[in-house]
Amino acid sequence: MNIWLAIALTAAGCYAVKLLGLLVPAGVLERPLVQRLAALLPVALLAALTAQQTFAEGQQLVLDAKAAGLAAAGVAFLLRAPFLLIIAAAVLVTAGVRALG
Amino acid sequence: MPTAQGAGKADSAVVRDALGVGLAVGLSGFAFGVTSVGNGLSLLQTCALSLLVFTGASQFALVGALAGGGNPVTAAAGAFFLGVRNAFYGLRLSQLLQLPRAVRPFAAHWVIDETTAVTLAQPTRRARRIGFTVTGLTLYVLWNLTTLLGGLGAEAIGDTDAWGLDAAAPATFLALLAPMLRTATERAVALLAIVLGLVLLPVLPAGVPVLVAALAAPLVLFVEGRKIRARERNDR
Repeated sequence: MNIWLAIALTAAGCYAVKLLGLLVPAGVLERPLVQRLAALLPVALLAALTAQQTFAEGQQLVLDAKAAGLAAAGVAFLLRAPFLLIIAAAVLVTAGVRALG
Repeated sequence: MPTAQGAGKADSAVVRDALGVGLAVGLSGFAFGVTSVGNGLSLLQTCALSLLVFTGASQFALVGALAGGGNPVTAAAGAFFLGVRNAFYGLRLSQLLQLPRAVRPFAAHWVIDETTAVTLAQPTRRARRIGFTVTGLTLYVLWNLTTLLGGLGAEAIGDTDAWGLDAAAPATFLALLAPMLRTATERAVALLAIVLGLVLLPVLPAGVPVLVAALAAPLVLFVEGRKIRARERNDR
């Protein structure tokens, strides 16, 4: 039940902000500071989420095969690999390190 | 771009661009389906997220937060803040697409990173409308189809961690984040958010550390603003 509540809240909230952008008159959200903040907010959230999902198990910090997988994804990005290949690199290396370890 | 000359661009060229993006990203629904079911959500819940939320980063964030034991409201809050950027995409798109008011509630569901990127790249209103529609439709159909297949696959595999599939979610975040790290400001925000997110993880309730880490954005902007003002004072 809790999960359905979270799904409903997320769906409603995410739809509302999408619609808001299409409906509000131009100019309201166009202040430079608001735009800067909107561009930087995803950077902060994605960085924190990447770190947490790589180095945490529940509420414990861990260093396991996922770290090697994410390093591989980073290398794939630097080599300009397409989106799907970056994810595949992480999955394959993580599985490989687990199989060896 | 040799095709973007003068007044227009051939409709077929726009469709090709849009299909390319829609297909490539639509396939990553597999990763979401696998991650969601692997983290303990049911197949129905997983598909509901792709159908109703339809903004990848928020979906991954919600699933991760729920798996980490976060309560539904903090989990949804993290996903919501990630979705806020879509409001700013909508603002640009409403100027470029000039949609009739009655169409906007339907178009809104497709206002995401990829449709915005394709639309912004088109030279005319006609090309923008085609680009938005084809990208949105391709992505929506594929993303939901691959979510279902990924979820079914995860149910069949059982232990998704043994296949390294728990690395798919953080790798997706990394692939979205990396192209954003263009200047020192973005890097400072990312670094501060990583430190906050990891240091606070063991001590705050699940889901809350990510929300605190989001404060890295206004903090860095504040410090940057002070530096600029100080420099202006010194110049006088």
